[in-house]
Amino acid sequence: MEDLTARTAEIPGVKCAVHYKYMCSDPGQSLVREKIVEEKLDGLVVAACSPHMHMKTFRAAAKAAGLNPYLVEIANIREHCSWVHEPKTEMTTVKAMDIIRMSVNKVIQDHSLEPIKVSLVKRALVIGGGVAGIQAALDIADAGHEVILVEREPSVGGKMAGLSETFPTLDCSQCILTPRMVEVGQHPGIRLYTYSEVEAVSGFLGNFSVTIRKKARYVDVDKCNGCLDCWAKCPSKQNQSEFDYGLGQRKAIYVPFPQAVPARPVIDPKTCIKFQRNKCGVCLKICKANAINYEDEDKIVTEEVGAIVVATGFKLYNIGKKQDTPGIIGYGEYGYGEYKDVIDGLQFERLASASGPTSGEIRRPSDGAEPKNVVFIACVGSRDPAKGIPYCSKICCMYTAKHTMLYKHKVHDGQAHVFYMDIRAGGKSYDEFVRRAIEKDGARYYRGRVSKISEENGKLMVSGSDTIGGEPVEIEADMVVLASAMRPSDGAKELAQKLKIGYDEHGFLSESHPKLRPVETTTAGIFVCGACQGPKDIPESVAQASAAAAKVQVLFSKSELTREPEVARIDEINCAACSACLRACPYSAIERAEIRDRGGNLVKYTSRVNPSLCMGCGTCVSVCPSKCADLEGFSEQQIYGMVNSLI
Amino acid sequence: MSGDFEPKIVAYLCNWCTYLAADLAGTNRLEYPANVRIVRLPCTGRIDFNLIIKAFEMGADAVLVSGCHPGDCHYTAGNYHARRRWILFRELLDVMGIDLNRIHFAWISAAESKKFQQLMSDMTSRIREMGPYTGYREIAGIEP
Repeated sequence: MEDLTARTAEIPGVKCAVHYKYMCSDPGQSLVREKIVEEKLDGLVVAACSPHMHMKTFRAAAKAAGLNPYLVEIANIREHCSWVHEPKTEMTTVKAMDIIRMSVNKVIQDHSLEPIKVSLVKRALVIGGGVAGIQAALDIADAGHEVILVEREPSVGGKMAGLSETFPTLDCSQCILTPRMVEVGQHPGIRLYTYSEVEAVSGFLGNFSVTIRKKARYVDVDKCNGCLDCWAKCPSKQNQSEFDYGLGQRKAIYVPFPQAVPARPVIDPKTCIKFQRNKCGVCLKICKANAINYEDEDKIVTEEVGAIVVATGFKLYNIGKKQDTPGIIGYGEYGYGEYKDVIDGLQFERLASASGPTSGEIRRPSDGAEPKNVVFIACVGSRDPAKGIPYCSKICCMYTAKHTMLYKHKVHDGQAHVFYMDIRAGGKSYDEFVRRAIEKDGARYYRGRVSKISEENGKLMVSGSDTIGGEPVEIEADMVVLASAMRPSDGAKELAQKLKIGYDEHGFLSESHPKLRPVETTTAGIFVCGACQGPKDIPESVAQASAAAAKVQVLFSKSELTREPEVARIDEINCAACSACLRACPYSAIERAEIRDRGGNLVKYTSRVNPSLCMGCGTCVSVCPSKCADLEGFSEQQIYGMVNSLI
Repeated sequence: MSGDFEPKIVAYLCNWCTYLAADLAGTNRLEYPANVRIVRLPCTGRIDFNLIIKAFEMGADAVLVSGCHPGDCHYTAGNYHARRRWILFRELLDVMGIDLNRIHFAWISAAESKKFQQLMSDMTSRIREMGPYTGYREIAGIEP
């Protein structure tokens, strides 16, 4: 480092070069400030870690010492050099020197800039009405800001509304969630768009414009009084209930579950007799509120918001052979979808739920008999790179333990068997909970995998292995419950693309920093929470939702926002007004303007950048044929200066 | 053939995807040869023809341009602009007589640090095999 410092001091334009081990620490920053004042510096290069890590830190330090923060550059010699190349070799040192030289040449061409001030709409959009979305919406609304909550399904509640009892306390899911749902429905600060989806998003931090599609409900929500007579009288009732994951039936006009918020039904035109055969019309006849409208159509509404919280949640991995995502492979050998009594975790939740299709009695789907031997298989999909899901779904160990307990509490003479890979029960009272399932409620745990499930004489033959006992295990089961992997919900990727936020290879939405910015995204003003960001349980989802809400409140505590001034500018004197930039700009931030003399006579046309709309991508710079467009912070001079220093 | 030859590679990376992939490669300590010099740009949409020529003029043996995957651009469509322009670049560079094997275009997202490492290693050894690029200087009439 000493050598590097000495060599840096010799670069033309460098007034002084100092070395300190932790430049981002307090003493390091003091050193920076001192040097700026002492040496009367008009530019600063910090050769350290990535600008994505500490640009803000050093800009603030420069500002404190009276140096314009945009006269700071970072030479990334850690992530891009010392951490990835062989240490202490000449080549690595030469590269580090090159990086520093490039940054010095860049800083020389930096301009003093002032942040751009923009107005701010203090209204938040929350996408997804599961427990995370509900928590975020309530927190923001309770802080006094308007919230628009968009939910794809006819009711808020999400996956949690369908759960039976929750670990590790075994309190009933609906008992703790429904009051929150009601609160969301009645909160004066929350506007609910259920059965709606986000169609398009434009704008930027503080000023997003969101287009929402309100799907045709065929029931006028304002007129409907929620008597649900239509639900009771609808003759089309043999339709698979989405809420019960196909275990129960629903009518063609329905609310997903009795405690739905809003308690307003929707008509499913695919199963409604009126839509299919133009007969029936019972609901229209009996509705005293005149709320049924068969002519209803999708409506598009636009809302202006200042911040967006994404809480789109998860879905379960489809265990069967058919997959919706390339690279993901099913478990054909478990017979899911073929054998009726092989179900997944969420289906078991419905069986165990008092409001479920069996009113909480554990009955197997095929014949309604009470199963006396139930096999639970953990890690179905999860931690299996061969199936395309290398990650741990985090909640399955816990809910499988819970399932065995619920089962034992309901079927006293039944026996639960669990095949597991490892038991991951990290969390407050979590390990104790699993111990209780094993020691008190007698679940038999086998460390091993199941190779095959086959059906013989109404029984499911489960062939697995017990790797601790070192022997194969054959169980004659009445029902098998598969703890299948958590995957991001359908459409999460497409939504991320609309929002311009990142997602990982599995489709989970990316946070801005895995440790220090867990709810922010790389797009300012958009936050993530809940299982759409990665597998997590209810307490974690709620905590993250509150964190996202807190971030929104921080944003809304300001009366106006400042934006980075690294935006495009046009040399209006030389611009030929060809409008190439105008067509290329993805933000419509460039307009065709007139230049007039004092007498008001038109001198010429020019392109002009609206700095509050420009995001600084630089596309205009590369399309301008006369080189009249340039970008602050990444100017032509600077980029060429950097490349020039590579001799 | 040229055992001691260490190529110089100039990489124009977009700030939001590939630059972050390179950062992540650092965080994960994914080692690759120290032949690349990274120029951070806001977006691949910012890259114009002259930048590629400039790199060769400054003695680069190869140029890498890499940004977000199609559909993932931080600025909506910058990478589409880049892709469209790249089709023209190729033709033009080819006509000029520049060896297209010296230019590599890639999509590497912020999560794909391994892909970045792999590309840097592969590209370096490939260019090492190919030897120093003297073609540009010949075309431009610069004395070697």
